[in-house]
Amino acid sequence: MNDTAERKLILCHLWVAFAAFIVACFMGEYQVLERSGLLPALESPTVYFASVSTHGVLMAFVLTTFFIMGFGYALASSSLKQPIWNKPLAWGAFWLALVGVVLAAVPLLLGKASVLYTFYPPMVGHAAFYLGATLLVIGSWIWCAIMLVMFTQWKTANPTQNVPLAMFATAANALLWLWASAGVALEVLFQLIPLSLGWIDTIDPGLARTLFAWTLHPIVYFWLIPAYTAFYVFVPKQAGGFLFSDEMARMAFIVLAVFALPIGFHHLYMDPEQASGWKLLHGIGTFVVALPTLVTGFTVIASLEIAGRLRGGKGLFGWIGTLPWGNTMVLAVILSLLMLIFGGFGGIVNASYAMNAMVHNTAWVPGHFHLIFAGTTVIMYFAIAYYLWPLLLRKPLFSNQLALLQLWTWFIGMSILTTPWHVLGLLGQPRRISTVVYNNLLTLAWKPYELMMIFGGLILLGSACLLIYNLVKTQVTPYAGQFTDEIDYAEPIHKVGVLPEYLNGLTVWNKVIAVLMALSFGFPILQFFFMDTFGSSAWGN
Amino acid sequence: MQTEPTQSKNILLLREFVSYLRTLHIDTLEQKWIAIAMMIIAFLVGIITVDALFHGINPPSKVETIDSASVHLSKEFAEDNLGVQRDNSGKIIVRMVALRYSFIPKHLEVPAETPITFRWVSTDVLHGVNIPMTNMSTMIVPGYVAEVTTTFPKPGEYPLLCNEYCGLGHNHMWSTIAVIAKEEWVAKTTATPPALTK
Repeated sequence: MNDTAERKLILCHLWVAFAAFIVACFMGEYQVLERSGLLPALESPTVYFASVSTHGVLMAFVLTTFFIMGFGYALASSSLKQPIWNKPLAWGAFWLALVGVVLAAVPLLLGKASVLYTFYPPMVGHAAFYLGATLLVIGSWIWCAIMLVMFTQWKTANPTQNVPLAMFATAANALLWLWASAGVALEVLFQLIPLSLGWIDTIDPGLARTLFAWTLHPIVYFWLIPAYTAFYVFVPKQAGGFLFSDEMARMAFIVLAVFALPIGFHHLYMDPEQASGWKLLHGIGTFVVALPTLVTGFTVIASLEIAGRLRGGKGLFGWIGTLPWGNTMVLAVILSLLMLIFGGFGGIVNASYAMNAMVHNTAWVPGHFHLIFAGTTVIMYFAIAYYLWPLLLRKPLFSNQLALLQLWTWFIGMSILTTPWHVLGLLGQPRRISTVVYNNLLTLAWKPYELMMIFGGLILLGSACLLIYNLVKTQVTPYAGQFTDEIDYAEPIHKVGVLPEYLNGLTVWNKVIAVLMALSFGFPILQFFFMDTFGSSAWGN
Repeated sequence: MQTEPTQSKNILLLREFVSYLRTLHIDTLEQKWIAIAMMIIAFLVGIITVDALFHGINPPSKVETIDSASVHLSKEFAEDNLGVQRDNSGKIIVRMVALRYSFIPKHLEVPAETPITFRWVSTDVLHGVNIPMTNMSTMIVPGYVAEVTTTFPKPGEYPLLCNEYCGLGHNHMWSTIAVIAKEEWVAKTTATPPALTK
């Protein structure tokens, strides 16, 4: 990343991501406050649901997509040691996606698209919301194309070498996202945009939900893969050691990309429009995709152990204390793994049929995904930002101490926020309610947990402000010295020989995905065209 | 005619793949961990599959369509047909309509320790329903009948909540269900028998 043009492109993407993030954090804290009923003056379902919809879109679509694009450019240009292919196109994708975000933000903030980020037809928002989301996705497709072109060009130019692990993971994520986004693209282009513009009168919500489920599971792996990439390619080096296994890392990314796709029906377990056999099939696939996560946990902890022992750690657990806890990347990975353990446990509950019935659409579910996304995944986004900012700006980070404090407070805040959230779900509180009006004894048990959530949210908001402060300060503080650090990738402990095409390319896996998708979604989608279905007309909110 | 060469080609490819897998460097400790991880996954998948196939524990998945725009005109979900009924075979069926922002009927009374089949329809948008502390839960998607059968072990007064965002009045959408002792329910219903269907 010596080139100024590259660095500017990457920095612009990351700034859009974190700008969306900080706005959405304020909304999150407002939402827990409003929901608790502590301040009656705040209560307004109109504002609340506009805020929930915007918070979801900003966090799940804007923060993630822009971060992944920027990080992908950084990994591609540094690991392949070549400039980004077709920079004007990359800038075009950036502006297209940014215009899309603004286009969607207007109806969202005006309360004209309070349909949540999961869309929920036959409720229909303003057409600008769907058009904006479409532009954002098209921007991300251009990024995917650039990543895959760079991947292929490098392979052709270096036939005897292995693609660097960082680029392999990024290309796998691009492939995953192209497949994943096809479902929601079909829903938006053929159902939601025509319905919102009045070109068609009715749509089938069953089909819409099936198409959305196609996207809804792999999208979370699209968000997670950058975090896993940092686990493998940065953490071992930052900890002072080596990557335990390069091959297993590739295997993990392949299994993630392949098996994250055909399993979306665990979001439809409670839905009437799909039969139980298909749900069981997708349910089994959901457990299979736990495997790469278990392998990742092993490889990352083993890499940390190597580092800890190289630094003089002795005994069964002695190596933990000798790890460089003052390194933001190392601290973040430890906190991230802790949250992954609890979040993964919750995920197994959700994936299990009978237990899912108890927690479906209760407060447990947002508790779960905040822990695993806003916790496990986003804390790694922070660590990556702290790592990249100095490299992109060619000056040291404003304050490492503040960064460490920020990571700790994010972890503590997230624990205080999500633990009561899970409990509320077990106590039967539905998600997505703006206030509790049920005149029932049960709701008395909810009160203390709601108050705890406000406190957790407050810590998180403070932590988020600290992140932005540190990044802005790094950017604006002048630096006279010579900054020579370069991005530093971890070395595997065992030299990797020439890898077979299966571990160095994605063509075969693309075919495997096509077969699995046809098997798992072919009939469930086609059935809507053979059954006697009845359309639903559009409803406002 | 064409299948045989393709087949043998595929087998060759598979063999090649397996032989590549063997040349990979996987640490013995990691091999053990992968085996353990696979066993954990097989165990969890096994429980769910056995429950689904042999104990009939499945989520609501009837795939039955209905025209949501004319639910009120349908025979089954006409207003006087809603609520708790016993069908000819003695099975207890509860028919409910979900609409912005209420459930019809507003209150139900059902026996404990008895299998009860709920049939839910929406007249407008997406709804969901659950009875906290029980496993009665289903999405109610317009255009489809959601059917779920469950048994309530404990008598009590339970809320019945809409748990899917259905519009700005979503949190006002709820009703109640009283689960009463089986004998009490039988005594009550035989005194004033509910109208039989059809």
